[in-house]
Amino acid sequence: MKSLKNHLSLIIALFTILLTLQIFIGVDRTIDAYENNLNENYSIIVVSDQNISTEQFRLINPIINLGEEISAKAIIKRIQNEMKNKKIDLHKIVLPHFYRLHLDSFPTPTEINQLSDQLQRKSYIKRVENFSQTHNTTYKLLLLFKWVTMILAGAILAVTTLLILKEMRIWQFQHRERMNIMALFGAPVWLRSAVLFRLSIVDALIATFLAISTFIAVEHYGWAQEALRVINVQIPLFNTFNDGLILLGVALSLSIILASLIVMGHKEEV
Amino acid sequence: MDKVILAQELSLAYNSNETIINKATFSINSGNFVFITGASGSGKSTLLKSFYGALEPRLGNLTVGGVEMNRISSKKLNFLRKHIGIIFQDYKLIKEWTIEKNVMLPLLINGYATDVSEMQVQKLLTHVKLNHQNGKYPLELSGGEQQRVAMARALAHNPILILADESTGNLDEYSSNVIWNLLEGANSQLKATVVVVTHHIPESLNINYKHFHIEYGSIYEVS
Repeated sequence: MKSLKNHLSLIIALFTILLTLQIFIGVDRTIDAYENNLNENYSIIVVSDQNISTEQFRLINPIINLGEEISAKAIIKRIQNEMKNKKIDLHKIVLPHFYRLHLDSFPTPTEINQLSDQLQRKSYIKRVENFSQTHNTTYKLLLLFKWVTMILAGAILAVTTLLILKEMRIWQFQHRERMNIMALFGAPVWLRSAVLFRLSIVDALIATFLAISTFIAVEHYGWAQEALRVINVQIPLFNTFNDGLILLGVALSLSIILASLIVMGHKEEV
Repeated sequence: MDKVILAQELSLAYNSNETIINKATFSINSGNFVFITGASGSGKSTLLKSFYGALEPRLGNLTVGGVEMNRISSKKLNFLRKHIGIIFQDYKLIKEWTIEKNVMLPLLINGYATDVSEMQVQKLLTHVKLNHQNGKYPLELSGGEQQRVAMARALAHNPILILADESTGNLDEYSSNVIWNLLEGANSQLKATVVVVTHHIPESLNINYKHFHIEYGSIYEVS
């Protein structure tokens, strides 16, 4: 019973780490998908005296993916109610070119300012509207969410790692007699500590299995997808094979590294 | 004759305040059967500990099996211990293992093949008259039987040096005789060097032996 309790402590700690890691990966994926959505809807408006091709825009800054000219007709339609036809004809002749710039990725505020400066430095560009105020608010919210998730994940990782180390020290204490006897007969460190590594690996496998099962259930019942639909994001939060391999790798590496730390810090008692 | 143990001006201590063995110089040749006697707390077990590297010399030099024991690396220490068989007063058997697995421990560490190890274990358990106890765990045996298992384990890998720390101190006459016979056999037939720490040297022994006595931190050879 006591041994089962010891195993459970390590399994729960490892399971918590895997859960946190997968939640962090999921949040990161959601934010990326949300950024892509935002990027699709975000554009910079440029007013120019002359025609500018997408290639020319890309020469100014490669972050620009597409320079789409806004048809003059649409602009004229908007103002025609307010002006006489003659004036409209005159406008047709002198009306500058309007462009909507689509970017490769959702830019940072610095990237937006840099891009605006570069565009405005060109003499033929008369005006740049980057909607930076709206963009900044959304961007900072996303950044804050990412940071909060990262800090929480880091804190959970630190606390659970300490719990695992404590648990492994208890194991080492329980098996110290056997380890010391083996040392008296010249057993190398890896052989006398084999029991610790075996326990760590078995518990890592159990924790990974539990974590994978949990995420498969979450995906199967669509609980997370329901929440994502609210922000108009449709992505798989858990890839059984790839994410499963990552979780297994993390669980095994962490338990082996921590067991090695315990073994290296062990002093022989006679 | 090769010197299996060579101590020069050897001092041993657990802390800087109290020296247990003080500037002892002696040697033990290959094939010797040696008794170390002395009163309780005189430093007999401490001296034995220094032979298997559980205690480093405070001062002086100690060489065991050609290996310098001062600041010995763990790799060298493991190498040396693979060639030593040790018997402790408290047996030091692994409780979670069967007696066969306990006897097999040095063979496992020395990388013997499983079938060879199993044969050797059965042979030794027969020698110590415990072959009928196969599959039992140490705590299911009496003290004398446990010490016989420890004896079998010490002999399993044909060590060049056997160290026995008060190995018959708490045993019944039958178990004591089995242990002494096996130690004699290991010395006369296997040519192993045997060092025994004890309070009393048994009178029934049929071998030539060397006798060191420890008193007030000094070691004297008794002729």
